Amino acid sequence: MTEHSHRKGPSGPFFARDFARHPPARWPDYKTSIARSPSQPLLSIEQGLGEITGPLFSLRDIGPQDNDLLANYTHGGSPIGERILIHGRVLDENARPVPGVLVEIWQANAAGRYRHRNDGYLAPLDPNFGGCGRTVTDAEGYYFFRTLKPGAYPWPNATDSWRPPHIHFSIFGSGFAQRLITQAYFEGDPLIARCPIAQSIPDPQALEMLIARLDMENSVPFDMLAWRFDIVLRGRRSTYFENRPEGN
Amino acid sequence: MNKPRILKETPSQTAGPYVHIGLAPRAAGFDIYEQELGTDIAGPEAKGERIRVTGCVFDATGAPVRDALIEAWQANAEGHFPHPEDGRATEPGFRGWGRVISDFESGEWAFDTIRPGPVPGPRGQLQAPHIALWLVARGINIGLHTRLYFPEEEAANAADPVLCAIPDPRRRATLIARRIEREEGVTYRFDIRIQGADETVFLDI
Repeated sequence: MTEHSHRKGPSGPFFARDFARHPPARWPDYKTSIARSPSQPLLSIEQGLGEITGPLFSLRDIGPQDNDLLANYTHGGSPIGERILIHGRVLDENARPVPGVLVEIWQANAAGRYRHRNDGYLAPLDPNFGGCGRTVTDAEGYYFFRTLKPGAYPWPNATDSWRPPHIHFSIFGSGFAQRLITQAYFEGDPLIARCPIAQSIPDPQALEMLIARLDMENSVPFDMLAWRFDIVLRGRRSTYFENRPEGN
Repeated sequence: MNKPRILKETPSQTAGPYVHIGLAPRAAGFDIYEQELGTDIAGPEAKGERIRVTGCVFDATGAPVRDALIEAWQANAEGHFPHPEDGRATEPGFRGWGRVISDFESGEWAFDTIRPGPVPGPRGQLQAPHIALWLVARGINIGLHTRLYFPEEEAANAADPVLCAIPDPRRRATLIARRIEREEGVTYRFDIRIQGADETVFLDI
């Protein structure tokens, strides 16, 4: 068992997911979504124990360097590119920090190439850069990674589709219903407005949440710029749950 | 009392084709973490029947999805979740959670676990034994939740509130795995069809 197994956090069912914030399953500008989207409506169910619970993680699950992409795959040198700190807090919709959240990231290197057997882009691999990291949020919901700013790269969608530099984020909350995968973009990037994946989010204010902000307050002088990326997970409804009249 | 809802959820984006780099780097082709997560759902001490679950995800054209990642979340054989919100005991090492990826050539995936017990639903009503599954892949803009139920649990399935909420028996059947007897043990086959004929029922939880 992890040390978080016995932590008592907020309880009860989650707020209904607001699908207007999320990309529709079928977004024709992102061609692959056409054949990979359900045509039938989702079946909305009342949450039971299996939805309000989920896997729990602690620092014991990961290694001490796992959140340092500048150091976790070096083979005799440093990775090449613009060194950055990307950091923020994981909150829920009730504006509470969410501690013990496993945050896993992956990204292309500074040239826009992924270390993946299926990526054949002509840009070079960096022998000192793996491109993945993971961490667990602290008591304040805070996380950080040291990494490189990823490069843009072309992908097969339209004939000249380019992904804006981005970092993939996978996030667990305290319940399986909070499970989320998303991507962080970088403030000021003109490719965001041209990207069919970023633009699959219909609400411009929702897309703003995926744009990491330059954070000069937390830059490391003579070392690295900082980018702020806060994450919000579904919150919990105030309710009396099962036979616990004390509620939450 | 709980606090009001004052923030809005971060929107989802597709996991893309290279999800393995972050969540299963060995499959991507490199070794970086001392311990990859999600490789053992039940742990060595879990009680109950050891089972294997296999399947394949298909797209609207019937082609196998070869870059999917699936996560499973389930109770132990007694129907307990290893989580303070449940509070009942589980075996040491029982995680209840695992992740698995599609084979890059065939699209087949498989995981080993134990058969879960029935679990409490929203109002204390028991739900039939099931494994919650969550599916992401390139082209999937927001992770898809579904459930795997067991075919021999006929009475429990007939009373299960989620299965009962699906009026069409053919659609209901998309959530029930097929039992395959093998010398090494029981295997359950659970194919997921994202779209089209026999489209799997996906859940808004």
